[in-house]
Amino acid sequence: MFKVLLMIALFFMSISLVISFMRTVKGPTMPDRIVALDAIGITLIGVIGILMILQETIAYAEVILVIGILAFIGTIALSKFIERGDIFDRD
Amino acid sequence: MSALHWVILSPFLFALIIPFLFKYVSKIHTGWFVWLLPTALFIYFMNWLPVISSGQVVETSVSWIPALGIEFTAYLDGLSMLFVLLITGIGSLVVLYSIFYLSKKERLGNFYVYLMLFMGAMLGVVLSDNLIVLYVFWEVTSMASALLISYWFHKDKSTKGAQKSMLITVAGGLAMLGGFVLLYQMTGTFSIRTIIENVDVVQASPLFVPAMLLVLLGAFTKSAQFPFHIWLPDAMEAPTPVSAYLHSATMVKAGIYLVARMTPVFGGSNVWFWTLSIVGLVTLLWGSISAVRQKDLKGILAFSTVSQLGLIMSLLGVGSAALTGGADDPIYSQAILVAVFHLFNHATFKGALFMAVGIIDHETGTRDIRKLGGLMTVMPITFTVSLIGLASMAGLPPFNGFLSKEKFFSAMLNVRNFEAFDVGSLGFLFPLIAWIASIFTFLYSLIMFFHTFRGKFEPSNYERKVHEAPIGMLISPIILVVLVIVFGLFPNLLSYSIIEPAKQAILPTVLPEGEQFVVDIKIWHGVNTELLMTLGVVLIASFLFYLMHRWMKLAIYNRERDPFNWFYDNALTGLTSGSQWITRLQMTGLLRDYFAYIFTFMLLLVGYTFWRFDAFAIDTANTSVIEPFMWILIPLLIGAIVTIPFLNHRITAVIVVGVIGFLLALLLIVFRAPDLALTKLLVETVTLVIFMLAFYHLPEMRKEKFTPRLNVANLLISIGVGVTMTLVALSSAALGNEAGFESISDYFLENAKELAGGYNVVNVILVDFRGLDTLLEVLVLAVAALGIVTLIKLRLKGGEDV
Repeated sequence: MFKVLLMIALFFMSISLVISFMRTVKGPTMPDRIVALDAIGITLIGVIGILMILQETIAYAEVILVIGILAFIGTIALSKFIERGDIFDRD
Repeated sequence: MSALHWVILSPFLFALIIPFLFKYVSKIHTGWFVWLLPTALFIYFMNWLPVISSGQVVETSVSWIPALGIEFTAYLDGLSMLFVLLITGIGSLVVLYSIFYLSKKERLGNFYVYLMLFMGAMLGVVLSDNLIVLYVFWEVTSMASALLISYWFHKDKSTKGAQKSMLITVAGGLAMLGGFVLLYQMTGTFSIRTIIENVDVVQASPLFVPAMLLVLLGAFTKSAQFPFHIWLPDAMEAPTPVSAYLHSATMVKAGIYLVARMTPVFGGSNVWFWTLSIVGLVTLLWGSISAVRQKDLKGILAFSTVSQLGLIMSLLGVGSAALTGGADDPIYSQAILVAVFHLFNHATFKGALFMAVGIIDHETGTRDIRKLGGLMTVMPITFTVSLIGLASMAGLPPFNGFLSKEKFFSAMLNVRNFEAFDVGSLGFLFPLIAWIASIFTFLYSLIMFFHTFRGKFEPSNYERKVHEAPIGMLISPIILVVLVIVFGLFPNLLSYSIIEPAKQAILPTVLPEGEQFVVDIKIWHGVNTELLMTLGVVLIASFLFYLMHRWMKLAIYNRERDPFNWFYDNALTGLTSGSQWITRLQMTGLLRDYFAYIFTFMLLLVGYTFWRFDAFAIDTANTSVIEPFMWILIPLLIGAIVTIPFLNHRITAVIVVGVIGFLLALLLIVFRAPDLALTKLLVETVTLVIFMLAFYHLPEMRKEKFTPRLNVANLLISIGVGVTMTLVALSSAALGNEAGFESISDYFLENAKELAGGYNVVNVILVDFRGLDTLLEVLVLAVAALGIVTLIKLRLKGGEDV
């Protein structure tokens, strides 16, 4: 029963990934896409968490943390790029 | 290394010191030093003459590449003797002549180095028993000839002529090498003597005719046979001593030598007889007709050489009949005797004529028969020399050309009586063509004589004051014409000293051991058909010359160039432009085209392999269950990948690529690969950032926007590649199952803790079981990092070097 629930949760999360992806492609503006990418990252964290429960392992705990950091860094980098056209400042 | 080997190599060794002599002993003409060598060699070979004449041979061998059966075997028999005497004797005379012909201001060092290279190579060709060694020397003669033709390399015509002779003779030489390799295939040896001993193996082999034709191709190109004769007239741009030596007396006879040497191997067959006879006779006729049209003295002599070489070649073809078994009847082998005799005669009178023409050129500044005239009283000695040479060439008694021409006619008349080769009704053509060609030979000899020495002397035609040549220049041609007269009056001096041993060497298997051919050359045979034919030649040619002012206006007389040059010129330019066209067609410089070629080739190769070996298979055993959410994730992944080509916004494309990377990482987690997933995520994010960095540097104009174009060919290729690789993956999985291979991963799972002390099997494999790969991957990263730093920091200006 519990496994079925997890499966259902995974199913809906996949649908949410699809929807976020559609927003990434459609836009219409660049911030829309960046936010969608961020949302994909966070959804992935959820998916991986459920997969950990399903596979009865804690091997992916680091992955979850890394995705958390990377989604943040990626969003910052993209935002900075569309804000200034550059990622690293030069003095 | 015996003395004979050192003799062959001595010109090469001597060539090494010539530049020093030229540079440091500049007071004495370098030719005087060079002259000593061929003279010494000539005396050396003369000492062997009694030995060779008594039917013995000299053979010594040195190992060169024993593993390949290549021995440097020097072999001196009658045929080689004839050639080495010509090479060293005429070589010595030519060097003597060149001392007075070339002034000390010329680059004499180069000239004599090339000449010595040539002489050594020519000695090597005629003295080698090993086919490969023969081929090596053969190519050196081609090379030395090209160097000598382009001696005055600042002249365009010289380099063109050298290129032409090089291309034609080297092409023939390569064909000949192919023939030699086929002979080796048949007999397992490169030694000519051993091949002759196993001649029945060769003649029974299916490779017999190809080998023969390839060898003949080499001989025909070298000896300027029809239609490969076109290089010889253009080689006349060489200095006259070179023309006299290479292009009349020695190199162009290398093909003759090869044919004579190979007669015991290939002779007696139909193909050999007909090819040699027909090519020889056509060359004879064509060369003599073309010579009539020439206005340049050396042009006349060049085509005359072509025609005389054709004569010798046809005689060798006819003489090969002796090997069919009609040995008892001397009419079969008669032609070989004439070939050898005329070979010798031609070298003497043609050498003299070239030298005489060189003198005329040297003293008057022109070789054009339309400008020359009346030189008889101005240059009496040159006139006498030329008269004798021309009379011998035309075939007048009492000179040696007369004797060989009479013999030639009788040999050709004999062909009608041949029973072998189905000569039958075609037999009458042989003497007829020979007779017509002789008429033209007589005609151009008359033209050359009367237009140079008779007529009115016009001092205004010449740039300098015309006078007789210095005596040094005249010595060599005088010696040669003296030989012409001596051998014309006393031909039997040669009979058993040179001609009979040479004939014995060409036809070693015809006579029983210890017997000799009968060589009987007489001036007066009584009134017979040959004499009547000669009378006809003289009368008709004189009549034609008398009418010359009528047919001189014909277009065919006024066009000098051989029509076969058209083929050569067009082939050469066509080859160049054709290969340029092909290169332009495929080398577009566009990376996308090259990718298209690579992928198409891969598709064809893999597709053909699938079809050829019927390798396609699908097997669903050992596949895992697909979870419900995967039905959404996998289409999403595919959808994201398919979207990319249709995006027309770069940043969107980059973000979609990032999404794909994240989804791949998710797949890795589904398949339980945490380390890979972690790495994948990190790499994906870094790549994203680097893409963004690169975008900053895109040029303004095309920033942000791009529209993907639809290209049907590219679409088909990419779909094809995808389908093919999918099929390969499916099939290899299925075939792997079928073969029942087991994975080796169990070993790592069992031993990771026990042997390496780690629980993380992936990491244990990376740093322990397979640590070397990791080391080199680290190196790759280091090189990439250094490369990036170099690309960014190193800004060289033009001309600077790293």
